Amino acid sequence: MESTLGQNLGDTHHAHGPASGIGRWLFTTNHKDIGSLYLWFSLLMFLTGGTMALLIRAELFQPGLQLVQPEFFNQMTTMHGLIMVFGAVMPAFVGLANWMVPMMIGAPDMALPRMNNWSFWILPFAFAMMISTLFMDGGAPNFGWTFYAPLSTTYAPPSVTFFIFAIHMMGISSIMGAINVIATILNLRAPGMTMMKLPLFVWSWLITAFLLIAVMPVLAGVVTMMLMDIHFGTSFFNAAGGGDPVLFQHVFWFFGHPEVYIMILPAFGIISEIIPTFARKRLFGYASMVYAIGSIAILSFLVWAHHMFTVGLPLAGELFFMFATMLIAVPTGVKVFNWVATMFRGSMTFETPMLFALAFVVLFTIGGFSGLMLAIAPADFQYHDTYFVVAHFHYVLVPGAIFSIMAAAYYWLPKWTGHMINERMGKIHFWLSFVGVNITFFPMHFVGLAGMPRRIPDYALQFADFNSVASVGAFIFGLSQLLFVYNVIVCIRGGARATDRVWEGAHGLEWTLPSPAPYHSFSQPPVVK
Amino acid sequence: MIKRIWLLPWIGLLVSLPAAAAWQVNLSPGSTEIARDIRELHMIIFWICVAIGVVVFGVMFWSIIHHRKSRGAEAHHFHENTFVEILWTLIPFGILIAMAVPATATLIRMYDSTEADLDVQITGYQWKWRYQYLGHDIDYFSVLSTPREQINNEAEKGEHYLLEVDNPLVLPAGKKVRFLLTSNDVIHSWWVPDFAVKKDAIPGFVNEAWVIPEEPGIYRGQCTELCGKDHGFMPVVVEVKPQEEFDQWLADARSAAEAQAAAAEQDWSLEQLMERGEQVYNSACAACHLPNGQGVPGAFPALAGSPIATGDIGPHIDIVLHGKAGTAMQAFGAQLDAVDLAAVITYERNAWGNDTGDSVSPQQIAELNQ
Repeated sequence: MESTLGQNLGDTHHAHGPASGIGRWLFTTNHKDIGSLYLWFSLLMFLTGGTMALLIRAELFQPGLQLVQPEFFNQMTTMHGLIMVFGAVMPAFVGLANWMVPMMIGAPDMALPRMNNWSFWILPFAFAMMISTLFMDGGAPNFGWTFYAPLSTTYAPPSVTFFIFAIHMMGISSIMGAINVIATILNLRAPGMTMMKLPLFVWSWLITAFLLIAVMPVLAGVVTMMLMDIHFGTSFFNAAGGGDPVLFQHVFWFFGHPEVYIMILPAFGIISEIIPTFARKRLFGYASMVYAIGSIAILSFLVWAHHMFTVGLPLAGELFFMFATMLIAVPTGVKVFNWVATMFRGSMTFETPMLFALAFVVLFTIGGFSGLMLAIAPADFQYHDTYFVVAHFHYVLVPGAIFSIMAAAYYWLPKWTGHMINERMGKIHFWLSFVGVNITFFPMHFVGLAGMPRRIPDYALQFADFNSVASVGAFIFGLSQLLFVYNVIVCIRGGARATDRVWEGAHGLEWTLPSPAPYHSFSQPPVVK
Repeated sequence: MIKRIWLLPWIGLLVSLPAAAAWQVNLSPGSTEIARDIRELHMIIFWICVAIGVVVFGVMFWSIIHHRKSRGAEAHHFHENTFVEILWTLIPFGILIAMAVPATATLIRMYDSTEADLDVQITGYQWKWRYQYLGHDIDYFSVLSTPREQINNEAEKGEHYLLEVDNPLVLPAGKKVRFLLTSNDVIHSWWVPDFAVKKDAIPGFVNEAWVIPEEPGIYRGQCTELCGKDHGFMPVVVEVKPQEEFDQWLADARSAAEAQAAAAEQDWSLEQLMERGEQVYNSACAACHLPNGQGVPGAFPALAGSPIATGDIGPHIDIVLHGKAGTAMQAFGAQLDAVDLAAVITYERNAWGNDTGDSVSPQQIAELNQ
């Protein structure tokens, strides 16, 4: 007993570097290793979901059915949405939190390292299960990522049960990840790192984590109700048994609306780190930025039914949700104004991360404008479930969330790898992405207003021209992401040595560590003045 | 700078091409008062967004151009200003209130579905619409009429590709028509852009919407809520007629229904049933079971050589009349009349090599389908 104890102590004392072989990745409790796993996983899912998007766009290039049948088309739109939301965007942000939160608050690692390992390793199994439904009899889930009952219950293919369990596993993973982030931020801050000194990325993740803990159980609840309806004879959503199909939508969107902020608040944090660095000027209105994120998070619980303006809500309900939704424009506007004020009278340079951040501000704001238009309930009767909505949420998610993740990767890669990125290749990637994303999604506003519903595999002739344009853009955008993969690999393998500070205007604890960052971040807590 | 130039052509396009058909970029002008009001709201909020965008992006690109390090710009050190921050919280708040007032007024008028001259119940089915004129004994289905060859690129696509049906909804001009929307299976959504009427058809619910169509003409729309495989293939077509023509149409439709009822009393030969059955099959059954009766493995069973279509006739009639609970198989006893039911069952038992030689008469069906 005594010797074992001694040995263990000795072991921990010497275990400074990573283990070798596959065991390093399977059993790791290190925040950087787990962060890397999350990021690679999300990149893989991004490419998978992107391939599905390209298949969708290829079918929609011309009117008529060319490549796929409607059944399979519906499976593609469903899987594309689920994979991008739960497999690409969310794990990427968790990966960034794993890498950066301990380094930004002066901690050695995450607070709950074993749980950290588990919350990652659930994900590959959840997605293996979900993607395997494509090969099942009756096909994969085909009811859209919003899986409205009773299309997803009484009328669903048998594979829906696997989808339900996959969602459960993703939910458990997200909740554990969120608990870990909260425990780390609240407990492991270096001396002097008060809450109002936290970097905004950390603040945004702290609030996001609370949103996750609040709403992932709601998602688990709604899929469990589906499971009961399908297999155990209940009628939560089955009108023939006294149930209520609209109840599904209320519960789903009570999860779903905070969920869309889960996918954008960490992006706000990232952009609030990058713009001050390259403007060489402190973030304008730090406190109001924190309050804005907090207000957006609180409001996100009060606006869910704006996704349901056409289900037949009573007038008072329509008005309440319209007003509450319009209110969100105020804190969101504050954030955009603050970013612009940070650039104003700064000393700007335009390295790749900054280009992505600037594109984020412009294009996310365009997505915000269409969001404001959608909030106007009477007008929403014309916009609802058309390509205008598709354009809106792709503007906030692709040049919004995805661009912020790209910006973050280019911004912190030198810190992670010790090598500078290849600026020229980074800029080529940026410009191709920027052009591609706009050619893809801007025409969708037009076809939506002209009357094209979403989720259709074939369309009337008057929508043909803009659909062709969008499809060309999608292939430009999709293929240019291979450049991103190339840039990341090149940066890992070599390149100019990065200094500790990396970027001239960078401030924050992560830049006081060597590049590449040591395996254990801060074994001695730094002192923050 | 480059980015702003990039935006201009898009904004230019949005402004300068409102009427180009193939490159339509904006909401339909609307052919009812409510639709025009909604379009006006849409344009107001659009221009407000453009104005905010010009100011915000203007300042941003001005900074990008003038406050860049390569021009020797030195960073200033201000990082907060309570007055400015309160100002840009209050100004958007004011704009929002200005926006909410007309929106609320329009919404209140949209919700007033009282004092209708005509009530039409609209029921969504996978993948067709049923129109029932309440109090007029008129009840029919409206199904996509675009030929399958056009969808499969084997024939030239027509002008109204995917936006044409066999029996449109017919409405009188100038009268307030109330729609009562519900669904027989999953959630659908009935949308006519020119009327700005979009309302979900939900099983177990009855939703209300209304329209006063102004101009006679044909108005087209689509189902806008994902409702399964053929969601993209269930258009809405409304034909608005002047009052006299509408009254004539009502009378014709009623006598056609009577003739249909009389047809059920006649004797039908196997050939007659087969001929009619093929038409009924193609409009009511082929979407799932396919025109060749092969179905879709794992989703929709094949009928060619199936035990039900080649075995005892009793269970076959039963499943067609009453559907199969928990599947997409609907109860066609409530959707088709006795002649069509007899014809389609006879057709299924004799087509695609199911050579049972069975036929079933409309009278037998009428008796079973009480």
